Amino acid sequence: MDYKLPFAEYNDALKKNKLLGLKCKDCGFITVPSKMVCRKCSSTNLEIVQLKGTGKIQTFTTIFVAAEARECECPYTIVMVELDEGPWIMGNLFVDPNRATMDNLIGKRVDFGVKVFPGDRYSAGNIARPQFSLAE
Amino acid sequence: MRKVAVVGVGETKFGPAQSKTAVELLAEAAMDALNESNLKPKDIQAMFVGNVLGDFSEGQGMVQSFAAENIGCFNVPANRYEGACASGSMAVRDAFMWVASGFYDIVLVGGTERAATMGTPLATRTFAMFSDSRYEYGAGITFPGVFALLTYLYSIKYKIPLPKLKEQLAHVNVQSYQHGLHNDKAHLKKAVTVQDCLNSMMVASPLQLHDCCPFSDGAAAVVLASEDAAKKLTKKPVYIVGVGQSSSGPLCNQNDFLPRLRARELAVEQSYKMSGLKPSDINLCELHDCFSIASLIAAESLGFFEFGTSGDAWVKGQADIGGKVAINASGGLKSKGHPIGATGVGQVYEVTKQLCGEVEPERQVPRAKVAMTDTLGGDAGTICNIILQRGW
Repeated sequence: MDYKLPFAEYNDALKKNKLLGLKCKDCGFITVPSKMVCRKCSSTNLEIVQLKGTGKIQTFTTIFVAAEARECECPYTIVMVELDEGPWIMGNLFVDPNRATMDNLIGKRVDFGVKVFPGDRYSAGNIARPQFSLAE
Repeated sequence: MRKVAVVGVGETKFGPAQSKTAVELLAEAAMDALNESNLKPKDIQAMFVGNVLGDFSEGQGMVQSFAAENIGCFNVPANRYEGACASGSMAVRDAFMWVASGFYDIVLVGGTERAATMGTPLATRTFAMFSDSRYEYGAGITFPGVFALLTYLYSIKYKIPLPKLKEQLAHVNVQSYQHGLHNDKAHLKKAVTVQDCLNSMMVASPLQLHDCCPFSDGAAAVVLASEDAAKKLTKKPVYIVGVGQSSSGPLCNQNDFLPRLRARELAVEQSYKMSGLKPSDINLCELHDCFSIASLIAAESLGFFEFGTSGDAWVKGQADIGGKVAINASGGLKSKGHPIGATGVGQVYEVTKQLCGEVEPERQVPRAKVAMTDTLGGDAGTICNIILQRGW
């Protein structure tokens, strides 16, 4: 059985600022990131849908010790955002690390953007990810 | 199913980068376990080995087969287990099931790792491979980062202001360091205060250096035997009376449950059900304190404290020796160390020694009869629990 939305296709779309997910034609649940089956009812009756990318910050962290070859990105802030369509997604946030506090971030709405990690020797290519910014 | 006992254990010192290979470390731990079991290498019918990153740390794959040959267990079937930091416990659980089923009577379980040898940048990179490589590593997630995300969620869910939670977490660290001071096998042996914790460098906000376990090198091994075989080998068989294991997908897809970890709660339920025991029966527990917040999350899902209250329990000494349940009397991953493939086997080593009354007197849990281990791999991609009970 063909994989409906492989990572390569998701990644190419994301690089064009399009966040893709899967909508279950049986139960309506939105699955992000892409899987073989609906995360709620395990159906394979899925269609690709574009998500808005906007949502609310649920949690965050600012990384001061990075993995090999990513030290130059430090410090950077990671957020988990609850998308308006329901799923949570991990991405980065444009924010002054000194202002990355619970009061300033938790529950705040974010706008969607994209940044590409060019990849390293282990990553089998580049990886696009959401780069959020605080909504005005 | 047959009853299965731990009949002998061995462990190297856990520590910083050193020169022995993963096979050599495992060989040392394994020979100690064999000697303690009054067995010879030819008595071992199969080997089960936790090893996560041998390929990255020293260019060695298939460490289990080389280790089997190295210690004279010639040509036995040897399996490697990789479930990130839970690998060693997966190996123990599988070995238990093979013996319980009657297929084997006596097997050797080991775990070995040279996490410290990799150095922090490569170790941080390779540990991040146990998050979702496509959908989460792009953002630069690290392991401290995963538990930092959970720390804020914990603060929000249980309405514990961050400064108070941070102080509770510091108490968790202080207790672990205190126990490790008296453990000859421990990696980080130092006295640390609450203030030291709060002053240490930030790793992934809000987690600081003392909230994080070290990358360690080390190995551990245990021999498992059927009840009949165990009775001939030792007067002190420690029976495995309950096991559980469960899995999860990427952290984002665990959102309905966070900061609780569904895989743990399922594994815990399985292990209590199999054993017929309950949390109040557990005298001591080695739980997966890769980060301070992980201790709170684990202790609550294991049923020792109500959700949102375990930080307070630590502050009041309820998680210490003499408290409600003695948690990480070894020093835990925080102080004893975290050679990831060996960690779960090392936990079984520790609780077996505790149940036999054979650890340093300063950290011996008195009258311990039932013990539990808890090992978490990745961001809860794999969680394993094991309950052990004195057989005399």
